Amino acid sequence: MTKLESLETRHGKQPLETRHGKQSLETRQNKQPLLQVERLKTYYPIRSGVFSNGSGRIKAVDDVSLTMYEGETVGLVGESGCGKSTIGRSIMRLENPESGRIIFDNEDITRYSQRQLKPVRTRMQMIFQDPYASLNPKIRIYDTLAEPLIVHKLARRSEVQREVDSLLNLVGLPRSSGSRYPHEFSGGQRQRIGIARAILFRPKLIVCDEPVSALDVSIQAQILNLLQDLQDELKLTYLFISHGIGAVKQISTTIAVMYLGQIVELAQTEELFRNPKHPYTRLLLNAHPQPDPTLRMHKKMIIHGDMPSPADPPAGCRFHTRCPYAQERCRKEEPRMTAGRHAVACHYPLA
Amino acid sequence: MGQLLEVERLQVAFRTDQGELISVDEVSFELGAGETIAIVGESGCGKSVTSLSIMGLLGAHGSVKQGDIRFNGETLTDSSKDQLRRLRGSDIAMIFQEPMSSLNPVIPIGEQIEESVRLHLKLPRKEAKALAVEMLGKVGIPRPEAISKEYPHALSGGMRQRVMIAMALVCQPKLLIADEPTTALDVTIQAQILELMKQLQAESGAAILLVTHDLGVVAEMADQVIVMYAGQVVEATDVYTLFRAPQHPYTQALLKSIPRLDEHNRARLPAIPGAVPSLQQMPAGCRFHPRCPAASERCEQEQPQLMSAGEGHRVRCWIAASAEQERVDYAAVEATA
Repeated sequence: MTKLESLETRHGKQPLETRHGKQSLETRQNKQPLLQVERLKTYYPIRSGVFSNGSGRIKAVDDVSLTMYEGETVGLVGESGCGKSTIGRSIMRLENPESGRIIFDNEDITRYSQRQLKPVRTRMQMIFQDPYASLNPKIRIYDTLAEPLIVHKLARRSEVQREVDSLLNLVGLPRSSGSRYPHEFSGGQRQRIGIARAILFRPKLIVCDEPVSALDVSIQAQILNLLQDLQDELKLTYLFISHGIGAVKQISTTIAVMYLGQIVELAQTEELFRNPKHPYTRLLLNAHPQPDPTLRMHKKMIIHGDMPSPADPPAGCRFHTRCPYAQERCRKEEPRMTAGRHAVACHYPLA
Repeated sequence: MGQLLEVERLQVAFRTDQGELISVDEVSFELGAGETIAIVGESGCGKSVTSLSIMGLLGAHGSVKQGDIRFNGETLTDSSKDQLRRLRGSDIAMIFQEPMSSLNPVIPIGEQIEESVRLHLKLPRKEAKALAVEMLGKVGIPRPEAISKEYPHALSGGMRQRVMIAMALVCQPKLLIADEPTTALDVTIQAQILELMKQLQAESGAAILLVTHDLGVVAEMADQVIVMYAGQVVEATDVYTLFRAPQHPYTQALLKSIPRLDEHNRARLPAIPGAVPSLQQMPAGCRFHPRCPAASERCEQEQPQLMSAGEGHRVRCWIAASAEQERVDYAAVEATA
């Protein structure tokens, strides 16, 4: 009957060796992009005191361009305050960009009204870090999942029950979960509900904002696997936002490293880890503690200082205040993103 | 005994509306001066409760029901509130995950450090102030003199955690309990703080009890490791053995479920099925058996004790223990032959 059912029978049985890698390179060259972000800027006003009149602005996202193709997973990684979540929220149009363009599925949605956005948002969905905050505590899971199906006329009344059951099955929850309330579930199970709620529209793009950051390691692995399975089954495209480098590496085909509102390096996952070109990328990877005590003798490269304020980013290269290789030019001239498959914004990229 | 901290068969209970809950059961370990021991496990495994019970900070509803905690030969579980208060902040110090919630938002940070110095070291105000500034400099705070007059909100997360470390170490404690000290910090700041903790430990010779969920941090910091699951210690050994040859199926599975940066394949992560059991519904037998790939009938019925699995290596698992027994028997046969 429904598309879901045929999917469900295949769920979990497909071999996963053919994932990404070469395949996504080909798609990059041949296909239309699903999402194009062009020179996006999203600023927030700084409110200070009672008589605030917008004394300054936080440049959360400052000139970011990003292209995503169908079936890809682009990982956005960076530390707190680098603007990675703001990019996700701007794409969903939960924030109003200052300038730039967002073209999704051949539509320029940058200035769409709420009414115009309504049909678009069935094609792009979001998964949040804390699913408990996005579930209504007074509504049973069944109703949480059934309501959008009814409102958007995605299923006939008689089919809703079956549709919800197959959704639950698809995300690995028992049918009986439908009659329970959000507080009766563990963190991992709630994230499964959040995922079920996101996929019920059959979206093309899902923005995953720190979906596994609040979960224990063993549960994190379950959710990452589920996201990968669903991507294969439903042909999903993910923008995967996380500060956890391990999770980003596990799921992404392409990774964009962000620092202070900008993308500083963009490359295919393997390439980025084998050959990081931006000093920040290398320091970030180096700072991640590996579960191997024999590595602790290696001299660690440590970034000194804190991230500068995005209200007043340093002139020149934004990383120069903390960069161990910074030269005179880095203090004055802002580096531009290079072209090509492994792009980097650095005057003196590492070999 | 020579050990700084000895925890023996600790059992911690909490009173709740549904009756008494045993949160931590049968936890034993020892920690020598200058050593670092890590307690690692997932949320709800009892690692934080274990560390809080040492400090006597279980709150109104929690109490140590059985077992002993000895610090420097003194039994803490018998100590009065006054005795504990004298120890806390001087001989035993603690840092927590969220520094903002441990700092007073309306007192400059320098004064907060001074308070501890004047209370425990009985130094006059002027000297206490100088010591506080010196300590802030030691933990890598730039312009310590000026920053000591700042309020906590003016500092970044990493700086606040440095202030907490300064406050914890200013009275030169013998034991530092660090409960998820870097969990709220960015990874580059985490690297700074871990480095700082190691350097200060080398200087002061303090022992560290590190509570964390992050096996990467464990690998970086610990000498000894205890792995906890569902309120119990399931494996205890030195850090190298733990990562090279883990014996408990839970430890093995936990290590496999971490995405590795140094391996290049995108195969599925081996996840642990199911979820951690709740305290109200602990399974009979081995507490890990419903999620264990190797569980046998015995595991479902009989609860394993912590058993030896080689030199200085203890495991709460029937399968690992019987493998070890076979190895010992075999060695004995070899020796007699």
